[in-house]
Amino acid sequence: MASEITTSEYIKHHLTNATMCSTDQGIAFNKACADAGFWAWHVDTLAWSIGLGILFLWLFRSAAKKATTGVPGKWQAFVEIVIEFVNDNVRDSFHGRNNLIAPLALTIFVWVFLMNLMDLVPVDVLPWLAGQVGYYGFGMDPHDVYMKVVPTTDLNLTLALALGVFFLILFYSIKVKGVGGFTKELTMQPFNHWAFIPVNFILESVTLLARPFSLALRLFGNLYAGELIFILIATLGLWQLPLHFPWAVFHILVIVLQAFIFMMLTIVYLSLAHEDH
Amino acid sequence: MNINATLIGQLIAFAVFVWFCMKYVWPPLLAAIEERQKKIADGLEASDRAEKDLELAQQKATEKLKEAKAQAAEIIEQAKKRANQLVDEETQRGHAEREKIITQGYAEIEAERNRAKEELRKQVAALAVAGAQQILQREIDAQAQNDIVEKLVAEL
Repeated sequence: MASEITTSEYIKHHLTNATMCSTDQGIAFNKACADAGFWAWHVDTLAWSIGLGILFLWLFRSAAKKATTGVPGKWQAFVEIVIEFVNDNVRDSFHGRNNLIAPLALTIFVWVFLMNLMDLVPVDVLPWLAGQVGYYGFGMDPHDVYMKVVPTTDLNLTLALALGVFFLILFYSIKVKGVGGFTKELTMQPFNHWAFIPVNFILESVTLLARPFSLALRLFGNLYAGELIFILIATLGLWQLPLHFPWAVFHILVIVLQAFIFMMLTIVYLSLAHEDH
Repeated sequence: MNINATLIGQLIAFAVFVWFCMKYVWPPLLAAIEERQKKIADGLEASDRAEKDLELAQQKATEKLKEAKAQAAEIIEQAKKRANQLVDEETQRGHAEREKIITQGYAEIEAERNRAKEELRKQVAALAVAGAQQILQREIDAQAQNDIVEKLVAEL
């Protein structure tokens, strides 16, 4: 495909989401949605992420349904290793009782990991398949069919996860400390004097808001950069063969690490939200 | 890269996934793990207890064995003593019997000898008397000389 189009077009094609929006003429796709503004949907991100989320829940639910206290099967043993790992991390970092934190951490860890894992699928395979389906199934030009298969390279997804965590931080901060306590935490720290209230508020707000954005941007940045390098390697012709492999090996580390960091920071932030100063 | 409604969709999906995980995935799995942990802990405790029991039983068995051995040794000792006693008694009895028989024999022999002596003396007396009678047939009356012969016989 790279021979028919320029390298920059190739890269741009790979980095564009399949978009859907409703216009006056009905439902429109991709370029027709250029000025749809906010009300456009990245169908590839949504489909892959929800698909992988359902895959995760289905796999783990199947283990949960057959969960035995006797000798576990191989799949149950693996699932239990993951559960133990997450549970240990939660117990180490989160002091207090909350039935939400551990399942939340598990969901984040496995779901983000699965979405990151899509990064290891060779960059052309799924977009090419989608192009063929678009060409033969719907009579579209394959170059107009977009398919970004790594949902975590879409800022919408990482921001959605981070905002979800952020809402939980706000919810638990207010639930544990009360509105007064939370307000006091925002205004009377780090300088405990009424004259410093505006300064404190600015500092604490930045601290608070930095959390979801750093979460979202860290995951997005790592995966986007990784994906971009995969795409760049793919444009090198024969050179991609020796280069692709080491980058993929290195990326195995990155995708697990990023999933773990997202989970860990979520636990830590929620733990901070539960602590009364 | 632009932020759009996908954000909302993902938020909803995220919430639903977390809810599902919290409701249907996490609790049964963790419950199974904790249940098994308890089972294993119980099993380990039971095995510890069994080990201790076994040790105790072994100790008891060793003690019993030692006791039995001691008893057996005692019985053997007693039996030996009894056997020795019997042998001693029997030997003593034998000795006594022998003594008795020997003594009896001696007595019999003595009696026989005495009898023979008596007989012999009588015969010698008779012989002497007969001799003397033959010698003195002519000179001495047998009646008159009888006390001399008697005296002679007694001296024999």
